[in-house]
Order: sequence, then C-alpha cells, then structure tokens
Amino acid sequence: MRVALFLTCFNDTVFPETGRAVVRLLERLGHRVEFPQGQTCCGQMHFNSGYRPEAVPLVHRFAEVFAGYDAVVSPSASCTAMVRDHHRTLTGVQPPQVYELSEFLVDVLGVTDVGACYPHRVAYHPTCHSLRMLRVGDRPLRLLRAVRGIDLVDLADADTCCGFGGTFALKNADTSAAMLADTMQRVRQSGAEVLCAADNSCLMHIGGGLSRRRSGVRTVHLAEILAATEPAAAPAAATGGGRR
Amino acid sequence: MTAPQEPDRSNVVWLGAPAFPEAARAALADSQLRANLKHATGTIRDKRLAVTAELDDWEQLREAGAALKRRTLRHLDHYLVQLEESVTRAGGVVHWAADAAEANAIVTGLVREAGAREVVKVKSMATQEIGLNEALAEAGIAAYETDLAELIVQLGKDRPSHILVPAIHRNRAQIRDIFQREMGRWGRPAPDGLTDDPRALAEAARLHLREKFLRATVAVSGANFAVAATGTVGVVESEGNGRMCLTLPQTLITVMGIEKVLPAWSDLEVFLQLLPRSSTGERMNPYTSTWTGTTPGDGPQNFHLVLLDNGRTATLADTVGRQALACIRCSACLNVCPVYERTGGHAYGSVYPGPIGAVLTPQLVGVEHAASLPFASTLCGACYDACPVKINIPEVLAHLRARVVEAERARHRLPTAEALAMTAAAGVLDSPRRLAAAQKAAALGSRLLARDGRIGALPGPLHGWTDSRDLPQPPAETFRAWWRRNREQP
Repeated sequence: MRVALFLTCFNDTVFPETGRAVVRLLERLGHRVEFPQGQTCCGQMHFNSGYRPEAVPLVHRFAEVFAGYDAVVSPSASCTAMVRDHHRTLTGVQPPQVYELSEFLVDVLGVTDVGACYPHRVAYHPTCHSLRMLRVGDRPLRLLRAVRGIDLVDLADADTCCGFGGTFALKNADTSAAMLADTMQRVRQSGAEVLCAADNSCLMHIGGGLSRRRSGVRTVHLAEILAATEPAAAPAAATGGGRR
Repeated sequence: MTAPQEPDRSNVVWLGAPAFPEAARAALADSQLRANLKHATGTIRDKRLAVTAELDDWEQLREAGAALKRRTLRHLDHYLVQLEESVTRAGGVVHWAADAAEANAIVTGLVREAGAREVVKVKSMATQEIGLNEALAEAGIAAYETDLAELIVQLGKDRPSHILVPAIHRNRAQIRDIFQREMGRWGRPAPDGLTDDPRALAEAARLHLREKFLRATVAVSGANFAVAATGTVGVVESEGNGRMCLTLPQTLITVMGIEKVLPAWSDLEVFLQLLPRSSTGERMNPYTSTWTGTTPGDGPQNFHLVLLDNGRTATLADTVGRQALACIRCSACLNVCPVYERTGGHAYGSVYPGPIGAVLTPQLVGVEHAASLPFASTLCGACYDACPVKINIPEVLAHLRARVVEAERARHRLPTAEALAMTAAAGVLDSPRRLAAAQKAAALGSRLLARDGRIGALPGPLHGWTDSRDLPQPPAETFRAWWRRNREQP
C-alpha cells in the first residue's frame, strides 16, 4: 500500500512535530510513508472565507500531487473534511481518498492499540469537523483508551465548539474569545494536564488561551500521544502550542 | 411607468444596526444577558434531545420533512395557485404581496375597511419581517401583541431576541418591572404588588390581554402552514392566546410567507411531530388551530390570506441557498448555536436571528445588506444536526460567504485589504517553493515578536487573535525541511 502523508500547510509551518509523530507512528506499525513535496494546502481557508476562485488552483494541485496513492492520511479533521466535502464541488475533479489519522488507523489498518505509552491525565476534545463533518465517532477515544499509562478524563459538553472557526477567530474575535473562555473552564474542570484533539488549529486556539492564563494545561495533538512510547518527562510549564 | 423599484425589504434588517462583530461585542459585555441565554438555551436544548430520542423514526421523520419541503419548493407556483383556489372556494380572500410595503398596505386597507382602530395579534414572524405593527401605527391603528413573550417585548419597547422565545434575554425580575411600568399605558395596569413569581406574571398578562381579546373585531396572524389541497391555514402555539384571536374577532387577516404552503393535509402528520419536539421540546403542541375559509355563525366571518414574497422568489432562484426556505421556524438551530448562545438575537440585527437568520436574512434582503451575517458562525455544524428539516446551514453559510466576497469585488474597484491578503496567500500556497520561503520568513519574523516561545501581541488586524490568546512561535525547522534532511537522503 502506497501511503502519502498530507500534513497541511498549517501543521507544516507551526506544528511540524505532529507530522514527525505521524511518520514515527506509521513506521512503527510497519508502513512506509511518503511525503510528496509538491503538497501545499487544501484550500480550506479560502473556501470558508468566500474566496472560492483562489481555492481552485490549490484543489487541482492537491489532486495532482496525491494522484496514484492508495491512501492519503492527514492529522487534520478539518482539512480532511475540506477535501472530502468540497474538492469535487469546486473543480469537478474526484479527489484522492483522504483519511483523517484515527480513521486510517482504525478503518484501514484495523488497529486500535498502536503500542503507545503516555502516562498523563488527558482530556479529549472532539473538534467540530471530526465530530460532525467526518463523523469519526469514538475512533480517537478507542485509540486513546488503548494507550498504556494514560488517564483519560471526561470533558463536559465535549461536543461544543471551542470558538476557533478559522477566520472567525479574527473577524469575530470577541465572540470567539467568549467561547474560548467557556471552553477553558470546561478543560480546567476536567482536571486534565493535557488536552488532546485531532486538529492543531483548534488546539492552537485553546492552547493559546490556556497559555495566556498560565493554566499549566498543555495541548497535544492526538498523533503525538499515539506516537509516544516511553514515559515522557513530567510536563513542563505550559507552552501554549503544545510543543515540548 | 418608471423603472421597477427595488423591493422594500428594509424591515427584515433593522436599519442602522451595526455589523455583527460590533453588535456582538455589546451583547457579550452584558453578563446578565449571557446568563439568561445560557440558562434558557441549555434548558430547551436538553428537553429537545430527550424528546427527539424517544422516537425510533426521528431520522426518517427529518428526511420526510426535508423531502416534502424540497418537492414543494420545486413546485411552489403550482401549490400557491392551488391554495388560492381552495381558500377562495372556502369563502376566504387571497391577496398577493410582492414586498413588505405592499403587504402592509393590504393589511392596513383591510383593517380600515373593517372600521377598526385596533387589532389583536397572534405571534408572527412574517408580520415582524414586514414591520406591520409600525406600519399600522403610522395609519393610526394600534396592534396589540397577545403572545406572552411578544407582549413583554412590545411593552418593553424592545426587539425580539429569539424566534420562539422572543423575550429569552429577559429574566423574571426584568419582566415584572416592565409589566409594572408599561401595562397601564397600553390598557389594564398590572396588579398592585406584582411579584416575579411566574404564576403572578402570567395572571397579570392574562387579565391585561383578556380585555383586548373581548374588545377586538379584527385579528392579525401569521401561519405555520397552509394546505394547498384544502385551503386550510394553521397556527401552532402554546398559550391559547392565538386561539382567542383566531376565533373571537369578526375579521381575521393572515400574513404568510409563500414558502409555508404544504401540498396535502396528510403532510401535517410529519410537521406536527417535527415542530413541537424541535422547538419547545414537547411531544405534542398545546394549541393547534386550523381554519378553512369562513363558516357562517362560527368564528371570523371575513378571512383574508396575504401571501408574502418579500425576497422569497429571489431566494428560490439560488439552488444552494433556497434550502433556507424549508425552515419551519422551530429555532432548534438557535438553541444549539454556540455563537447565538453568547450573543443573543439582537446582534444579528435582523428579525431572523441565529444560524437560520444568518442564511435567510442575507438572501431576503440581498447579501450586500447583511454582509457580516454569513461570517457570524464557526461552521461547527451543530445547527445542521439539530435542524428538523435538514437544512445544511454550514453549506449555505459558506455559499453566501462566496456571494458576499463576489459582491464586494463587484462594488469596489480596488480590492479590500482582506482580498489582497487572500490573493497573496493563494499565490504563496500554490507553490511549494514560495511556501517554503514564506515559512522561513515567518520563522524569522516571529523571533522578533516572541518571548519564551510565545507571541503575545500581533500587529494590525491580527491583534484580534492575541488580545485573548498567545500564539506559538513557529519553529525554526518546518516539517518539509526536516523531511528533506532525514528521509530524502540518497
């Protein structure tokens, strides 16, 4: 099986460790991953902001770059949803088969125990795109439950939007901040030391708020937890973006 | 004849209302409002979830509702003509109104014809949409709202904040104050020593309204549906005040959006299950009134049905956006929307607030007149999941955003700052080489702004981000650089 990693332009630039985690994880599971260098962006920002003509070349590029792979795996639910729901409507071109990481592991590779070890208290935040666009259901939770040493705690009203929403966070900054404040309260109430999700964009938003409040709670992408094998050192002070 | 005039749709949006982000800012600063909203939407949300979960065929019902609406909208012309024939046959009179001004003129004329100086009103979104109360007031006719929440809004010289619960933003103590202060000016004053006990408040409203019901000779209502085959019009409500208006006066005038028509009586089976469960979280609606034309010696002896277009035909022409016309005004989308929950309805600056307002209003009035509304959402999709007729609100929002951007481009000779940024970003993203260069620049530039790996303040429009959140400093090495260094070695 030829597997390509679609990392997303955002992860590539701001959260490269998520990409490294996916590579480490899939290689550990015995798969070779390719990273097509021509990849850039799925066009989601342009599409969701109303700039459709600008998104079209990006969609074409995406189809060309990932043509010929059996599976494209991406550690971003929202970018996966963009490809799946909108690429064909925009250009008429059938997009390649893209899987969000948890879908790929559970549905394609058929594993839930990926051999990870992560001895921390973790809350999982299902992002809106994973929950309602991709309908990944409990796949991420099944993967997390199989992680050794993990202490998985419940997040109240977990299906509530964190308030990120792409350019919404800038265009409607006040409303976004109000939603963030409530999200942070729920995170703090959960008692988690780490907040995990399948989208770094939402994590950057929540983590940025937690960092500003010096809350001590870190945000970490699902891929990084699944890729972890050895007991990590005690969590350092909050770094907001989830980098260690 | 002069050139065709732009239809008067100004009442759908409140003139002079600020764009959503500014209006939201004011609402967010009101902690009482936020507490009221959180409590009310949370309660009704839980109730809805409980009663929809009771039905094994809830998803099939939704699908049936969506399919019925889709098919009816595709053949709207046919069903409207059929409705006109059926209503006329049953003794009613049908009027067609292209826009708000026309509808208001028709209703005002009918009230005058009936020799009345006041009307009682059943809660109605359509009459709010056309600004009927204001138009009647200008003609010297007093319009009395009889729905409890509408009464609170009217007495408080306020605007509704919610489709179903117009006074959702008010708590009991605020309502008592409004009753005490205002009731006397509109009719029977509030009883002395009125408390904020719900029973006492309801009794005060009851006494105040009873006077109006018994005196009025003309009533104005909206309609939740009208059956084309039989000419039957229907209103569902919870308090019985609607039924008083629909049965006591001599003349009944109903203003109905043309999209409310249903083909057959049997279609009600679907909608009378979907609507109460979605809106109030009840299994069955407390008061469902239907009437067909007039019946000698029983009920209103004159019945007029005003069929309102007011931007609906234009909406119907948009094959993606038209699904907003399937809305049955249950307001489930408002109650699950995290944006609405924080800002309330006033921030939308329109008669139709919340997610459905964000897709309906710009289409009724033209996207350029409500340009901030399609962006007043995180596209989280909770509204789509809650909608009993499966209106894909996120899809329509994204579609309307594109129409807003197009309209901006057509209007301005020079691109906006945002358009320039988007075009520049698209250029960078269309080339891995340019992207790598931009990443390098970002990593370097961010070094100037970052402290301890965090960026606490960004310049220009990006300050919206850093006002409430830190930004992680982009690392020196991107993934693609790492990959090339580690995996692409020959």
